[in-house]
Amino acid sequence: MNWIQVGALEDIPRQGSRVVNTASGEIALFRSIDDQVFALNNRCPHKGGPLSQGIVHGRRVTCPLHSWVIDLETGSALAPDVGCAHRHEVRIAHGALFLEIKDHAI
Amino acid sequence: MMTVKKTRLVVIGNGMAGIRTIEELLKMSPDEYEITVFGAELQPNYNRILLSPVLSGEMKFQDTILNDWSWYEDNHITLHVGKTVSKIDRFRCRVETEDGLVVPYDRLLIATGSNPIMLPVPGMTLPGVLAYRSIDDVEKMLIAAKTGKRAVVIGGGLLGLEAANGLSLQGMEVSVVHLCDWPMERQLDKVGGGMLKEALEKRGLKFYLARQTEAILGEDKVTGLRFKDGEEIEEDLLVMAAGIRPNIQLAKSAGIHCERGIVVNDTMQTFDPKIYSVGECVQHRGQTYGLVAPLFEQAKVAANHLAQYGRMRYEGSSVSTKLKVTGIDLFSAGEFNAGIGDEELLLQDTARGVYKKLVLRDNKLRGAVMYGETMDGPWYFQLMRDGTDVSELREHLLFGQMHLGDSGLGGVSSVAAMPDNAEICGCNGVCKRTIVNAIIDKKLFTLEEVRAHTKASASCGSCTGLVEALLQNTLGGDYSAKSSKKAICACTEAAHQDVPRAIQDLKIKTMAELMQALAWKTPDGCHVCRPALNYYLMTAWPGVYQDDSRSRFINERVHANIQKDGTYSVIPRIWGGMTSPAELRSIAEIAERYQVPTVHITGGQRIGLYGVTKENLPKMWGELVEAGFVSGHAYGKSLRTVKTCVGLDWCRFGTQDSSGLGIKVEKMTWGSWTPHKFKIAVSGCPRNCAEATIKDFGIVCVDSGYEIHIGGNGGIKVRVTDFLCKVETEALVLEYCGAFMQLYREQAHYMERTAPWIERVGLAYVKQHIVEDAAGRAALYARFLESQRYSQDDPWKERAEGKDAHEYAALATIA
Ligand code: SRM
Ligand SMILES: Cc1cc2nc3c(=O)[nH]c(=O)nc-3n(C[C@H](O)[C@H](O)[C@H](O)COP(=O)(O)OP(=O)(O)OC[C@H]3O[C@@H](n4cnc5c(N)ncnc54)[C@H](O)[C@@H]3O)c2cc1C
Ligand code: SF4
Ligand code: FES
Repeated sequence: MNWIQVGALEDIPRQGSRVVNTASGEIALFRSIDDQVFALNNRCPHKGGPLSQGIVHGRRVTCPLHSWVIDLETGSALAPDVGCAHRHEVRIAHGALFLEIKDHAI
Repeated sequence: MMTVKKTRLVVIGNGMAGIRTIEELLKMSPDEYEITVFGAELQPNYNRILLSPVLSGEMKFQDTILNDWSWYEDNHITLHVGKTVSKIDRFRCRVETEDGLVVPYDRLLIATGSNPIMLPVPGMTLPGVLAYRSIDDVEKMLIAAKTGKRAVVIGGGLLGLEAANGLSLQGMEVSVVHLCDWPMERQLDKVGGGMLKEALEKRGLKFYLARQTEAILGEDKVTGLRFKDGEEIEEDLLVMAAGIRPNIQLAKSAGIHCERGIVVNDTMQTFDPKIYSVGECVQHRGQTYGLVAPLFEQAKVAANHLAQYGRMRYEGSSVSTKLKVTGIDLFSAGEFNAGIGDEELLLQDTARGVYKKLVLRDNKLRGAVMYGETMDGPWYFQLMRDGTDVSELREHLLFGQMHLGDSGLGGVSSVAAMPDNAEICGCNGVCKRTIVNAIIDKKLFTLEEVRAHTKASASCGSCTGLVEALLQNTLGGDYSAKSSKKAICACTEAAHQDVPRAIQDLKIKTMAELMQALAWKTPDGCHVCRPALNYYLMTAWPGVYQDDSRSRFINERVHANIQKDGTYSVIPRIWGGMTSPAELRSIAEIAERYQVPTVHITGGQRIGLYGVTKENLPKMWGELVEAGFVSGHAYGKSLRTVKTCVGLDWCRFGTQDSSGLGIKVEKMTWGSWTPHKFKIAVSGCPRNCAEATIKDFGIVCVDSGYEIHIGGNGGIKVRVTDFLCKVETEALVLEYCGAFMQLYREQAHYMERTAPWIERVGLAYVKQHIVEDAAGRAALYARFLESQRYSQDDPWKERAEGKDAHEYAALATIA
């Protein structure tokens, strides 16, 4: 388990998202309107759509391809859709963003 | 820990309206109240309208339960079943039950429904005489049907016929006694009623019409019935279905103002401000209702006020009716008997058993009766409620909306008749069986619920009519049809039309203020409402409002079209579809440099470059800009293409410079944002090679000038344009075009294309603003040009120069 600094809070626009490339795939970081940051695999559980390109609202993001709504806190699709874009831990310390990279594959 | 004392809400009546109110309330304000419910019946809340399928054996009671015992527990609701409230003590604010239980309230909701009317004739109290209101009644009927042979139903209305049909399916010989000359006279005219009677007779029902009952016969149980004219018939069971009367006894005895029903205002409040009332017991603006659709609307309003949102008003409902007798298709809404000055449109095909009557007044649909083919019922009902001017639809009105052809089901004329595996939603591959099962198993009531659970009609929406018809067919009453004022999304009660109004009235300039003013329920909306609000604000305040890229769908945010693999397409603008070897050469070179996998000549007379990665977009745009191109907006709710034919310059039939005019039009309109995409075409003569008559704005050149056509649409549901007018100069074409686009920009709902918009507001409305009112047209045109001043900065150039750079680059790369 590693915490890696990936940037600063202000690098992500409010209600927006940025992508971190990792050896095992893209991780999308989302910033909600109340400045919480969440990290999920950048792959929609439906058909792999890039979640980072979606509209962020509340603590949710809507996939740009077919509008599944994904809960940012858990990574799960909102019912009645079923599926999960796995989440990763993020910390904000003095404005800097740290992402936890687990050793096993994403 | 300190516990906050909650407000106490007591509900009298555990039926459909009362519990719907609680459901709505819990959605909005789950913790505000300590809720106690009293129900005279012994069951949890069930779907009363499904009693008929239970009686006929098509359903089990279990399947009609809407909220089972655990629902009450989970929501911490104290439920007293089998307890009748006998007194409301308004002075001490408490209710008392027959058996002495006393419960205090801070707010009270009366939802006592109605009682069946029992005719005042001798014999009414004999065993074997039943009403038709509750599951108890149904169970008694089912027992009677096991032993008895003959049943008589008094009342040939909706309930009576459903009861008669059910008993007949249970093996009884059933007669229907009715006061009028034909059944369901309150919903059907004589012809429709006649056809219904005939169909029911074929199924074995016997009718005694225009007959009055004098007495019920029998010593210790019912054995027969005597008419006023002396004739007697035998029976073992008598079902009274002669109407209902609001159940107001309790309210009345508490001194609450009642007339026919408990009188409420538009917030569903009775004359005692602590007491609300909903359901069949209510009288609102002089009306009482006996179908669930209006009651559910009332429930929404009452809940909104109980939750202290204080925003909604109930303004009354129009209702439509559908008989739930399997195999009989019947629909009725509004005033179906033409009055003086009204017009009637009739279709009668006795061989096919189809009858339709539409009543029109002042070019608006006032009523509809349909028998045998009811597919278009929801559509007519919508036209009625919206007060749509149907003069333009008139020719085709009787033949329906023809939704079916669009879904590839041409030829099949009724959802009921479709096979279970018929595909209803082509986009998501959902068949009829899946939808019907979901409606039943998951107890779905609304189009939104069906969309969420099955995805049917969740995409292009062209099958919406079919899904609504299935809902109606499966559930009976038309209570789930969308009301004419439809909330934008689940974040709000506001409808599209409310937003521009609020922006203008309150001079609102930011999204946050707008959400606050219209009581948004979510902190920052969702993917449905935010793009809409962004659009309305942008249209209202050109140059002032700052576009919110976070409220734009990805395509409009990055000015390219996302593909299924996450790459993008790039389509440069080709003015009027005219290009040159030099332009083609630069496109070719750029495509090669960026190794574009697919180059396609699009349906819009331009060249599409597909499969570009996001990181490459700004660089590639930079090169395209260098070569003289601007964005083609192939991704936006905005002006798309202006297609042209070569016209006068080359074509032997060309009458005007169609391509030159197309380029002028495109130079004026490009970059504008519109409620939905907007397409233009200019054809050089009526042969119309540029397909101008299926465009949002089409120009057909003729010798003497330019014909202007509007509201056309290729795509999902093809609609041919309406002819607007003819003008003589290119300058006028430009003025009409700008004015029309501006009217559309200001008046249409977000995501409504010109075709459905014009069908909603009527061609006459557009003519009045664009053709007849020259000053109005000039003002619209001026407003259009003004807003164009702020929208013709090429988005590609800006981004090639560094705008929104974060959009196109990764935040970090971790090895
Ligand atoms: C690129 C193009 C197909 C092509 O390769 O030829 C195309 C591609 C798409 N069309 Fe189209 N349409 C294209 C011409 C058309 C035409 C023909 C025309 O414009 O003359 C039509 C019918 C005419 C009309 O719109 O009235 C057309 C009717 C649609 C519709 C149905 C619209 C409707 O109102 O019923 C949609 C769905 C929508 O917009 O919701 C759609 C949606 C789409 C989308 C945007 C689907 C999506 O959301 O991803 C496709 C984007 C592909 C992409 O990545 O670029 N496309 N589409 C054409 C672009 C023309 C251009 O140069 O801009
Ligand atoms: C057989 C049948 C078929 C129908 N079909 C359709 C249809 O197809 N489409 C449609 O739209 N509508 C239909 N309806 C009408 C629809 O069911 C009613 O409009 C709806 O149920 C009314 O809801 P409500 O809450 O006002 O009354 P109810 O659902 O009747 O609820 C009132 C409840 O209050 C209880 N109550 C009354 N007084 C007291 C008291 N003093 N203390 C405690 N509890 C009390 C009653 O026992 C009852 O449970 C049908 C009705 C019937 C009977
Ligand atoms: S018709 Fe249009 S929307 Fe459908 S696949 Fe082709 S390009 Fe895509
Ligand atoms: S890939 Fe995300 S909704 Fe389909």
